[in-house]
Amino acid sequence: MQKGLLSAVAATALLASTFAASPAAAEGKLRLLTWSGYAPDEVVAKFEEETGIDVEVTFSNNEEMISKLRATRGAGFDLAQPSQDRIEGPQVEFGIYKPIDLSQIDTSLFIPSMLDATQQNTTVEGEVYGVPHVWGTSGLVVDRSVAGDVADYADLCNGSHAGEVSMRLKRPVLIGFAFSMGMDPFAAYGDTDAYGEILDQVAEALTACKDDVKVYWEGGDQLISAISTGEVKAAMAWDTGGWKLNNENPDITFVAPASGALGWVDAFVLPARGENDEAAYKWINFVMQPEIAGMITSAAGNFTASAGGDEFVSDTLKAQFKDSFPPEAIDNIKWYPPVPAGLEDLEGRVLDRIRASN
Amino acid sequence: MRALATAKLEKPERRLSLILLLAPAVVWLGLLIIAPHIQLFALSLQEKIGPRLYETGLRNYVEFFGESIYWMTLIRTTALSILATALTLLIAFPVAYYIAKMLRGRTKSLLFVLALLPFWVSELIRTLGWIIILRETGLISSALLSLGIITEPIELLGNDAAIIIGLVYTSMLFMVVPLVTVLDSLDDRLVEAGYDLGGNGFTVLREIIIPHAMPGIVAGCIVVFMLTLGNILTPALLGGKNSLWFTDQIFQKFIVRFNWEQGSAFGFLLLLTSSLIVWAGLKLTRQSLATTMR
Repeated sequence: MQKGLLSAVAATALLASTFAASPAAAEGKLRLLTWSGYAPDEVVAKFEEETGIDVEVTFSNNEEMISKLRATRGAGFDLAQPSQDRIEGPQVEFGIYKPIDLSQIDTSLFIPSMLDATQQNTTVEGEVYGVPHVWGTSGLVVDRSVAGDVADYADLCNGSHAGEVSMRLKRPVLIGFAFSMGMDPFAAYGDTDAYGEILDQVAEALTACKDDVKVYWEGGDQLISAISTGEVKAAMAWDTGGWKLNNENPDITFVAPASGALGWVDAFVLPARGENDEAAYKWINFVMQPEIAGMITSAAGNFTASAGGDEFVSDTLKAQFKDSFPPEAIDNIKWYPPVPAGLEDLEGRVLDRIRASN
Repeated sequence: MRALATAKLEKPERRLSLILLLAPAVVWLGLLIIAPHIQLFALSLQEKIGPRLYETGLRNYVEFFGESIYWMTLIRTTALSILATALTLLIAFPVAYYIAKMLRGRTKSLLFVLALLPFWVSELIRTLGWIIILRETGLISSALLSLGIITEPIELLGNDAAIIIGLVYTSMLFMVVPLVTVLDSLDDRLVEAGYDLGGNGFTVLREIIIPHAMPGIVAGCIVVFMLTLGNILTPALLGGKNSLWFTDQIFQKFIVRFNWEQGSAFGFLLLLTSSLIVWAGLKLTRQSLATTMR
């Protein structure tokens, strides 16, 4: 009886101590923490067939990934995919990643310029922590039949579409509005005071704009349903959302804002206490093959850093991309530099203030 | 019966059986409630001064009082929770009285089950139901539109009324059940005697039914208030851009801003507030926890 009790206690303790409550990695299991769409069933099935490694996929977003890994000090997953600008800061603050051994990766599969850029952006104390995978942009999703005049972030708040616009109350909206108000927030990343001043101006604009906002969207599906029912006519959103809507209604599409779309790259990182690095490297080399990368692009709607991967992408998506991004708009993409540690506290306070204003 | 059984056991065995009986509760409380709270409290006293650098101090609590958004949100959340609790009581009392006193046999159980039925689906689904009803392209708006009462679609989501509707709906069961139990135990002859002695409906309600039901009312109110105050889903989904609920602030601190220290401090302030309100409620109604949990 006592033994039974003890093991019950131990089991409860174990349950309480594991945040994600996922079992420890068995031999030949890859626990992948990623975004929805980045590990489609067909790709997982193919990988399992080829390598015999079981893949356990958990869908998440940047903040949740970092929070989850912070809660377990980097355990529970073998491979994660935060954006490249969210690797340096959390690594400095919480030490939740481990360096990547580039000799284990087939670098010829990557577009060289993207691989270089991500390596530079994710280097902490001389060690590289990330390699690029999927990239895309944030900008405007607009119903051109009624809101064709919306060409920049600030146009959402020009009053002509009061009650019909939407945005996500997170850091991209602060950055986007700063750019369209003629400031350069990225240049001020290193200078907390200057950055604080920019944020104050943006907060003022966004507070004044609050009455025009229909809803601050939280998830992609929520936004898509709000736009397809016509409740929202223009929104700040990801490019894929616009293209998805474009498939059903040609009037709606993604528009690269005049002040520049915000470019992000979701990377691969190894959690500090991941247990199956070998499987993680295998997965990276597997999904970067052009054909597999094409499958992921079809599922996620975003292009990858795989060299030659865009050859396997449907013509519709290619046409949509060209329509949204004329060549000068591509050159105008503002790529997120790494977020310095501590900056997010500042942004958090500003976002709270906007949310609480009336 | 139980007393008889334990009396038969020898003393050391009795102690062992007591320990064994208490063990699950102790493990439950200790591991899942007390231990995490101690850790959270320790965390709430950590001041961040740089990457991986912390000092012990009260800054997280000071910041709460320094930034008006934070304490205003807590006051707002508490006030709306009290309002939602009062409304739930007002709606649930007649329902419970009807079930407990007016009905007998199968209809009684049927109605009781009907009150339970919405709780067979998850809170998320119930709240999404309200979204479908209240949104601009939703049921009410389009019905009013087709009847010609309004000419433009109206948005019913994203305000305090929507939050209150959702919260009251979500909490009904937790008010109805204790009220039915306590009203069941009210002797019908007392009500008859009240009328015989010349009382009208109101005096009988005030002098006999409510005093008898008081433990159930207080128990229901405590449960509903705590559930409402700690709710995160309903305010977030129904309140939209204007939803400011204190639990959401805590969530934001922990998950979105990685600021566990401040999040823990907020968590403790919420715990303190709810304890204070419950204590004040018990004092006001001159009940004690012991009588309400009978």
